[in-house]
Amino acid sequence: QITPFCSQGDEDFRENREKENRGKRRNGERDKKKRENGRRKRSSKSVSEPETSEEDDNEEDGNNDGEVRPELLSPEELERLKEAVDEKKKLIQSLRGKPWPMKQKLVTLRESQQFVEKYEGALGKGKGRKLYAYKVMMTKKWMKFQRDFENFKTACIPWEMKIKEIESHFGSSVASYFIFLRWMYGINMILFGLTFGLVMVPEALMGRPYGSIPRKTVPRAEEASAMDFAVLWDSGGYAQYSVLFYGYYNNQRAIGWFKFRMPLSYFLVGVGTVAYSYMVVIRTMARNANESGIGDDNSFNFSWKTFTSWDYLIGNPETADNKFASITTSFKEAILEEQESRKDDNIHLTRFLRVLANFLVLCCLAGSGYLIYFVVRRSQKFALEGLENHTWWERNEVNMVMSLLGMFCPMLFDVISTLENYHPRVALQWQLGRIFALFLGNLYTFIIALMDAINLKRKEEKVVKYNITMWEASFYNGTGSENSTAPPITIHPADVPRGPCWETMVGQEFVRLIISDTMTTYITLLIGDFLRAVLVRFLNHCWCWDLEAGFPSYSEFDVSGNVLGLIFNQGMIWMGAFYAPCLPALNLLRLHVSMYLQCWAVMCCNVPQERVFKASGSNNFYMAMLLVILFLSTLPAIYTIVTIPPSFDCGPFSGKNRMFDVIQETLESDFPAWFSKVFSYASNPGLVLPFILLMVLAIYYLQSTSKSYKEANIELKKKLQMVTHNSENFVIFLLCSFDLILIAQKRILFTQDGICLILQY
Amino acid sequence: MVASKGPGCGPTPDLLFGSGLLLSRYFISDWAALIKKKKAFARRWNSDGPVVSELESSDMGNKQTIFTAQQLDAYQDCTYFTRKEILRLFYRYRDLAPQLVPLDYTNQPDVKLPYELIGSMPELKDNPFRQRIAEVFSEDGEGNMTLDDFLDMFSVLSEMAPRDLKAYYAFKIYDFNNDDFICKSDLEKTLNKLTRNELTEDEVKMVCEKVIDEADLDNDGRLSLEDFQNMINRAPDFLSTFHIRI
Repeated sequence: QITPFCSQGDEDFRENREKENRGKRRNGERDKKKRENGRRKRSSKSVSEPETSEEDDNEEDGNNDGEVRPELLSPEELERLKEAVDEKKKLIQSLRGKPWPMKQKLVTLRESQQFVEKYEGALGKGKGRKLYAYKVMMTKKWMKFQRDFENFKTACIPWEMKIKEIESHFGSSVASYFIFLRWMYGINMILFGLTFGLVMVPEALMGRPYGSIPRKTVPRAEEASAMDFAVLWDSGGYAQYSVLFYGYYNNQRAIGWFKFRMPLSYFLVGVGTVAYSYMVVIRTMARNANESGIGDDNSFNFSWKTFTSWDYLIGNPETADNKFASITTSFKEAILEEQESRKDDNIHLTRFLRVLANFLVLCCLAGSGYLIYFVVRRSQKFALEGLENHTWWERNEVNMVMSLLGMFCPMLFDVISTLENYHPRVALQWQLGRIFALFLGNLYTFIIALMDAINLKRKEEKVVKYNITMWEASFYNGTGSENSTAPPITIHPADVPRGPCWETMVGQEFVRLIISDTMTTYITLLIGDFLRAVLVRFLNHCWCWDLEAGFPSYSEFDVSGNVLGLIFNQGMIWMGAFYAPCLPALNLLRLHVSMYLQCWAVMCCNVPQERVFKASGSNNFYMAMLLVILFLSTLPAIYTIVTIPPSFDCGPFSGKNRMFDVIQETLESDFPAWFSKVFSYASNPGLVLPFILLMVLAIYYLQSTSKSYKEANIELKKKLQMVTHNSENFVIFLLCSFDLILIAQKRILFTQDGICLILQY
Repeated sequence: MVASKGPGCGPTPDLLFGSGLLLSRYFISDWAALIKKKKAFARRWNSDGPVVSELESSDMGNKQTIFTAQQLDAYQDCTYFTRKEILRLFYRYRDLAPQLVPLDYTNQPDVKLPYELIGSMPELKDNPFRQRIAEVFSEDGEGNMTLDDFLDMFSVLSEMAPRDLKAYYAFKIYDFNNDDFICKSDLEKTLNKLTRNELTEDEVKMVCEKVIDEADLDNDGRLSLEDFQNMINRAPDFLSTFHIRI
């Protein structure tokens, strides 16, 4: 039986035991112990196995030390006893990870637990026993609580059985999309909790009700159509003048009986959602980086193919057949590659074709960017002329064009990539990179167009402001002065002229985009997958060629395309969540429906993939894309917050010069005076710049130490290879491997620390 | 998003492509049956067996009478499973042979299920290495498993087991002749099981030589545990493929 993992604790324990045995003989209490032993031996024999008589003997000898009196032991022995107890506790904690058969683990567990109980009780009789006993009790309670919490957490994970079924039919790569979807759902749940609980609910419950002030009322002109479904679907009418959008919120500093600071909460929730998302994504990346191997090595190609290609999750005969076929193909290809001599025939032609392909792709991207810009300008023109005069297509042109581009351009890129003749994994990475660039370009063009619209609205706002002062003046019989002493004439809020609220407009645009994107995805799913499967299945009887084997046949599940779609969807949520607090709720609903719809579609209409190529070895490829999207989508929101003054008559920041002035205001009025002084010192550029410099230096230092550890790793690996060629240097081999482990551990710890450090700052 | 096919196919995979699709024709034609089976399956999994045993925290009294509280805690300490999962696994074990497995494990009955029953579980029946897995985890080395072995097996193959534990057991699984080394004959057997004997003799020999070349560090012509661990620890796919969800 191989037991390479014997613990140090066992040795220490035996030493301890011998020492205590000597002490016991001094006391002359052996007879008493022997009697107790007899009883214990009988009871322990009944539950343990004969093969583990060694452990039994240990137990028996351990029982010799029955009532150990700590006063009789020297402090050194007491220390050693404590250490032994701690070792046993550590052993219990790490028992699951030991490669022993279950019986051995159970017996070791029982023995360790008995040892710990006995000596812990005994140790507690010495000095400081009350504190020690209290500590022990708290640790026990804490461990029990942790275990119950773990049990509860695993019971809460949704959709486990669904994912398991998909895994058994399609393998782990398709299931990884659904696991990613579930993880996104978790993040959106938290974002929803923040926006709903801290922004929407307080305003709805404690703010002024609908209809009390102008910003909360539908204008007279729109009242007639405010309840129409078409208007509501377009997020106008009553939907616009509700907690769903920015414009509804009042700028009152404190609302409700416990003085809830609404504008501050709105601002902090906006910042908090972004901060939380960053934290979660980086933490997941760090965890993945630790688990997966140290980079993409190509030195173990055949070994990995042999030992890691079978997917143990497969539980379905057809998938198994497919898997066998794909493994065989992959082996044959690898063998062919290995046997073929390096004939790079015509590398110039290949290079030229690759350059041509990239040029075509760039043209495509530029073309799509221009198309979107053109369409957005046109829709602005339509908006000015009044939307009723145009057809449905013209009204929804922007969203439709963006969705259609997202559907057809990737296929075009696929066709162009056949010119390039790359290895399939590399080709897949190029493809994903290009689709990423396409979506990014489209999104940013959309944002630029949106900026134009914002500027237009701001100009309009100036005009409206001017008109309002004129209009107010006319009510006070032409005096024109603001502090008139005449009684204020009550005007119904619906009649007050409104400024164009650019923030609500931005929120509405994002909501429309998300809804149309969702609809497009679902319709493509139903037509492209379901209708196709139905047609292939039922028309096959009366068609000239075999529909199932040839064109069009059943579709495969496109993992990378779907993951990209999910990532971009999330990017849009992050961008628009500040201006439309309803977006996380909308996204939560969308993800929930997507999960069920796509699970059904995959099981019903798709067939397992023929060739399984993942985009990269680790999951960090998609996480890195998510991080990039997170960064890029928070940029526009930050830009608008920092540079553009908020509208004068809508939203929680109306009347301020800049949105972040709310922080200043809070510091001045809600905190004691010394706090704001400290803050003003801390935000002094003279202090902030050196601080930033220090952080940059720290990052550089951590980066260079990590690099040096990596190099030391490689050196040791080489040394190991050299040394193990000589069989007499076995001892050095052992030492080198220990070194390697230590350095690797240190490196991992260092990187973890580094990331924690960065996160803290 | 569009469901598009992966990048271009070569000449030989076309046949496999076609055959794969013909096979999947049966897949689609059975989807109604699949839904019915799914419903029955879900009913069994969600009901957790005939005895009432839904448990929350171990603070409340145990409603289940299969294990004592200490046994459940001991199992929780020795495997990566929670209480609910252990009970669910027990019911899966029992479902394989209800007449052999008693409902009362408090006095630790000595019950072993023969390999044929274990190998017929849906999670294992399509796995080419199922016999080796059962042999490695069983007490008698023949594939006949007690409940302890059963729990141990699924704990090691679960998501939460760490890399080196999995690597250790993977080594034992691929070591067909149990001599603590993966030699050429073990590799040949592994390959043939993986490809269902589709590769020619020369190809198999070539791959085995390549594997020994790549991974054997101490140059004795076979892979020891250290060689294997060194190689598998860098593999990006290992954790996700050496995983059974139950």
